Amino acid sequence: MKILVAVKRVVDFNVKVRVKSDNSGVETANLKMSMNPFDEIAVEEAIKLKEAGSATEIVAVSMGPAACQETLRSAMAMGADRAILVQTDVELQPLAVAKLLHAILKKENPQLVILGKQAIDDDSNQTGQMLAALANLPQGTFASKVKLSGDGVEVTREIDGGLETVALKLPAIITTDLRLNTPRYVTLPNIMKAKKKPLETMTPESLGVDVKPRLKTLKVQEPPKRKPGAKVADVKELVAKLRSEAKVI
Amino acid sequence: MTREAMEFDVVIVGGGPAGLSAAIRLKQIASEAERDISVCLIEKGSEIGAHIISGAVMDPRALTELLPSWKEDGAPLKIPVTEDRFLFLSEKGSFRVPNFLLPPVFQNHGNYVVSLSNVCRWLGQQAEALGVEVYAGFAGQEVLYDENGAVKGVATSDMGVGKDGKPTEAYQPGVELLAKYTLFAEGCRGHLGRQLETRFKLHDGTEPQVYGIGIKELWEIAPEKHRPGLVMHTAGWPLPSDTYGGSFLYHFENNLVAIGLVVGLGYSNPYLSPFEEFQRYKKHPEIRQFLEGGRRVGYGARAITAGGLQALPKLVFPGGGLVGDDAGFLNAARIKGSHAAIKSGMLAAEAVAQALAQGRRRDQLEAYPKGFQTSWLREELYRARNFKPWMSGNLWFGSFMFGIDQMLLRGKAPWTLHLKPDHTKLKKASECEPISYPKPDGVLTFDRLSSVFLSNTNHEENQPSHLTLKDPTVPIRVNLDLYAAPETRYCPAAVYEIVRDAAGKNPRLQINAQNCVHCKTCDIKDPTQNIVWVAPQGGEGPVYVNM
Amino acid sequence: MAALVIAEHDNRLIRSGTLNAVSAATKLGGEVHVLVAGHQCGAAAAAAKQIAGIAKVRVADAPQYKDGLAESLAALVVSIAKEYTHILTPATTFGKNFLPRVAALLDVAQISDVVAVENPDTFVRPIYAGNAMATVQSSDRIKVITVRTTAFDAAAASGGSATVEPVAPAADAAQSKMLGQELTKSERPELAGAKIVVSGGRGVGSAENFKLVGQLADKMGAALGASRAAVDAGFAPNDYQVGQTGKIVAPDLYVAVGISGAIQHLAGMKDSRVIVAINKDADAPIFQVADYGLVADLFQAVPELISELDKK
Repeated sequence: MKILVAVKRVVDFNVKVRVKSDNSGVETANLKMSMNPFDEIAVEEAIKLKEAGSATEIVAVSMGPAACQETLRSAMAMGADRAILVQTDVELQPLAVAKLLHAILKKENPQLVILGKQAIDDDSNQTGQMLAALANLPQGTFASKVKLSGDGVEVTREIDGGLETVALKLPAIITTDLRLNTPRYVTLPNIMKAKKKPLETMTPESLGVDVKPRLKTLKVQEPPKRKPGAKVADVKELVAKLRSEAKVI
Repeated sequence: MTREAMEFDVVIVGGGPAGLSAAIRLKQIASEAERDISVCLIEKGSEIGAHIISGAVMDPRALTELLPSWKEDGAPLKIPVTEDRFLFLSEKGSFRVPNFLLPPVFQNHGNYVVSLSNVCRWLGQQAEALGVEVYAGFAGQEVLYDENGAVKGVATSDMGVGKDGKPTEAYQPGVELLAKYTLFAEGCRGHLGRQLETRFKLHDGTEPQVYGIGIKELWEIAPEKHRPGLVMHTAGWPLPSDTYGGSFLYHFENNLVAIGLVVGLGYSNPYLSPFEEFQRYKKHPEIRQFLEGGRRVGYGARAITAGGLQALPKLVFPGGGLVGDDAGFLNAARIKGSHAAIKSGMLAAEAVAQALAQGRRRDQLEAYPKGFQTSWLREELYRARNFKPWMSGNLWFGSFMFGIDQMLLRGKAPWTLHLKPDHTKLKKASECEPISYPKPDGVLTFDRLSSVFLSNTNHEENQPSHLTLKDPTVPIRVNLDLYAAPETRYCPAAVYEIVRDAAGKNPRLQINAQNCVHCKTCDIKDPTQNIVWVAPQGGEGPVYVNM
Repeated sequence: MAALVIAEHDNRLIRSGTLNAVSAATKLGGEVHVLVAGHQCGAAAAAAKQIAGIAKVRVADAPQYKDGLAESLAALVVSIAKEYTHILTPATTFGKNFLPRVAALLDVAQISDVVAVENPDTFVRPIYAGNAMATVQSSDRIKVITVRTTAFDAAAASGGSATVEPVAPAADAAQSKMLGQELTKSERPELAGAKIVVSGGRGVGSAENFKLVGQLADKMGAALGASRAAVDAGFAPNDYQVGQTGKIVAPDLYVAVGISGAIQHLAGMKDSRVIVAINKDADAPIFQVADYGLVADLFQAVPELISELDKK
C-alpha cells in the first residue's frame, strides 16, 4: 500500500510571533521554520503503518518556496521513502493546496493520504476535507487512532463530546489530531540517509492547477488585550455576577 | 547499549562564529589543495543561530579574511556604526566622555551593528554550500578518548530519556562521531571544554578565567527615535563601583534596538541580581528616552569570558583544540568577541589541515597556538590585557588607570595584572546588605518569567534535569544557609527557586530546568562549584530571533 | 442575498452552537434559512422552526444523514447551495468536519473560525493560535464560513416562526459508516473540550488541599486543571497542566484558584470567554486578565463558593 503524506513548512511552534507595526501581516523574517506539528504526527503514523508491514511506500509532499525541501528532507529522515515538492512563491491557500494534492493523487494513486488537521500558522483546518471532496473519497478527520481493517480503515476521531469511530473504504483521507501518536526523534544517520532519497520538484503549471489565492488579507492586528475586569467583594457577589452578568453558570 | 559510530576527518562541536569559521576554512583549504576533508559540525540549538546572542558591534576584519566577498554574498552586516557615545551614569544624571578622550578600543568606525544570530545563520549557509555537514539539533554530550587517552571524537546525547533516567518510548541512543581531530567551539564555559581543561590541565600556569553575564533585550522603538548605527556604552550606575560591568545600546535595523547590561560575575554581594540591575538601568533618563513608546520583542542572556590573554588556557591537547570562547578569545576591552572567534577558528583550521596533509591524526596541533602567537589577534589581546583587572577593582580608579594604560602606554605597560576566580569572591550573606529592587512596571521593566517567555526557550519536561548537583545537600546547607541562595538571583531565567511547605518550613531547591536559556552563569558563580551544567538533549533551549 | 445555516443537532434538539451561527448569519443582512438534515428528525426541525430571526427551515430526512457523516451531508448542501450567497455552520467538530467539502465542491474558499462580520464579504478570524487577528475579504460568489461560537451571542431559541420545507435527499455516498461513539460520561469532563475549567496553582499548598479544588470543579461540572507550579510541586498530575507547555484551553469559564498568572500559564487559557481569579495576593498578574477577581484566602473562598453554588 502506498501512503501519501502532506507536510507544511511553518514558523516553529516554540517561537512567539508578532504582528508587523504596519499591520500588513505577521513578522516572519529570520524566524525558525519547522514542519507543522500535526504533519509530523501524520508522517509518524505513516511510518508506523510501514513498520507494521501494512504500507510499502511513503511519499511526502509539500508545496511552497524552494526552502520547503528542508521540510521534505525531515520527513524522509523520519522514514518517508521519497518526496515531491510543488514549488511556487505564490501564497497558497487551502483550496489551491487541495487541488495540487488532487493532481498528485491522480498520478500516485495512494491508498491512504494522511495530513495534519490544521497548520499552526493559518489554523484553517480545511485542506484534508477539501482534498477528499475533490477526489470523491471518504474522510476521517481529527484522528486519534487509525486501524486498518480488511479493505478499509477504522478511524477513531476526537469530537466535541468524546470519541467516535468511523469505518472508511480505501482509498481514504485521514487528518491527524494531537493524541494520535508521538513523533519520533530524527537520528543523525537517518538525516544523512535522507539526503540521498529522491526529491522530485514540479510546478503548479505542470500540474495544470490555478493556485491564485481567493481570500485577500486586508489587515492583521494584535488580538484585543484582555482588560482587567472588576474585583468582587465576596463570593456572593461573584456567583451573582457569574449568573446574571456573565451568564456562564 | 552500542551506539552507531560515524567517521570524519574533523568534528566540530558548536555552530557559533568560531566553529563555523573553522569548518569553512577547512573546506577552503581542501578545495585549494584539491583534496577532500570531511567536516561534521554539530550544534545543540534547534537551528544554527538559535543559541547565539550578543550585543553586537562586529569588527569585520576576520570575516573579510575568511570570506572576502561577504558583502556581495549578502552577509547580514548592513548597519555601519555611525556614532559612538560613552557615558558614565549616576542615578539621575550622566557624564558623556568626549569622543577624543575615548581610547581606541571604544571607537567603532568601520564596524557594524549586527545580530550575531543572523550572521551565524548566514555563515551556516556558507558552510553547507562548501560541503560541511551541519547538524543542528544535536548536542555533544560526551568526549570520546582512544586507547592512548587522545580525544577521538564526541558522542551526541541520547534522546528520549525519562526524568527517572530510564529510556522512554521515544528513546534514541546518541551517535559516536569519530574524527582525526576534534575542535570544541561551544562558546563561553562549554561543558565539554570544562572537562577537557580539567583532564588535560589546560589552565596550569595561566590565570583563571573570569566572566560576566550579559543580559540583553531587543526593542522595537518609535521610528522617530531610531538612529541606525548609533552605538552607546555606559558604565557606573546602577552597578556599585566595585562591580565590573557596563551597558550597551545599539541601534540596529527595522527600528530595532539591542540593549543590555554586562555584570562581572566577580561581584561580592549575594543579594545582587544582574537581571534586576538591568531592569532598573532601563529607567535612567538617558536610556528610557529611546525605549518609551516602544515594545520589547526579545530577551536572552549568556555568560561572557572576560579574562583575556592571561586567562587563555593551553589551546590544544592530543586529538583536538579549543576555539572561540570555549578558550576565551573575547576582547573585553573592545567588548567584541566574534572577530576573535572567527580568527581563532581559522587558525585552528589551518593547523588541522596541515596535520591532515602530513598524514597525522589525534596528536598535538602545535601549529595552532604557534599561529596564534604571531597573529594580529594575539597582539590585540596583549594590548587589552589589563582592562579586566583594572575594571574589577574600582570603576573610577580603574577607568583612569586603564585610560593611562591605553592612551599613554598604548597597551604596552610593563605589567600584567592577576585575576581571581569569580565564585571565590562571593561574600557571606550575613556580611552584606540586601538590595531592594523596584517592582516591574510592565512597560519599561519586567519580571523574569515574562522575559524568559520571549526567549522562546523550551525543553522536553520528561528528561533528567541538565542542571546537575554534585552534592544534593549543598543547596540548602551551604547556598541557602550561608549565601541566601544566590542562584535564585543571578539566574536570568528563574530556574532556581527555594520552595517551602505550607507551614513555611522545610526549604528545598526547586530547579525549573525548562526555563534555562543555557547562559552557564550558575556553573560559573556557584560558590562551591556544586552546580554543573550539562547539555540537555539536542534541539532544545532558546530560539533567539535577531539577537 | 440569503444565508443558509446548517444546524448541528441530535435529531431531537438543536445544539447551541447553531444559535451562535444564526446570529452571525443575521449580521449579513439578508434572509436566513436553517438546514436540518437528519433521520427521523422531526423534533429537531420543530425546534429549529422556533429560532428567532430565521425565515425558513429546510429539512432533509433520510437514513444517510443520521450520523452527520461528512460525505453525504456535503453532497446535500451542495445540491441547494446555489440559492444562497452565504453558507455557515458552527466551528464545532461537526461543522469543521464537513463544511470544507462543500467549499471545495463549489470551488470556493472557506473562511474558518470567523469571530466578526465586517460586511457581507469581509470577516475577521484568528491565526497563529489567536496571537494575531486577520481581516480577510472574499470575492467568491458564495462565502462558506465556520463560526466561532463564543464570538457571537446566541439567537433566541424561541419566538421565531419560520416555515418548514422538505429538501430532497441527495444520493447516499456510502463511502463511510459510523461504527460507534464514546461520549464522555460526565463525572469530570476532559480538559480539552470542557465548557468550564477550574484550575489550582501553587497557592493550593499540597496534593491533599488540591482535593478542595476538585470539589469545586465537580460542583460546577467542570474539568480540573493545574498550573505548572502546582504540577512541579506534586499537587496535581502532569496531564492537568494548563499552559504554554501543557494544554491550551478556551472554555466559557476559567476559574484560577491560587494561581499567580505567569505569562506561561496565561498562554494556555487566554482565550477563555470569562476568567475568574481567586488569590490572596492583590498584585498577582492574574488579576490583569481576570474578568472577576476575588482577593481572598482560597481556603475560605472556595468552600464558600461551593456552598453558594448550591443555593438557587
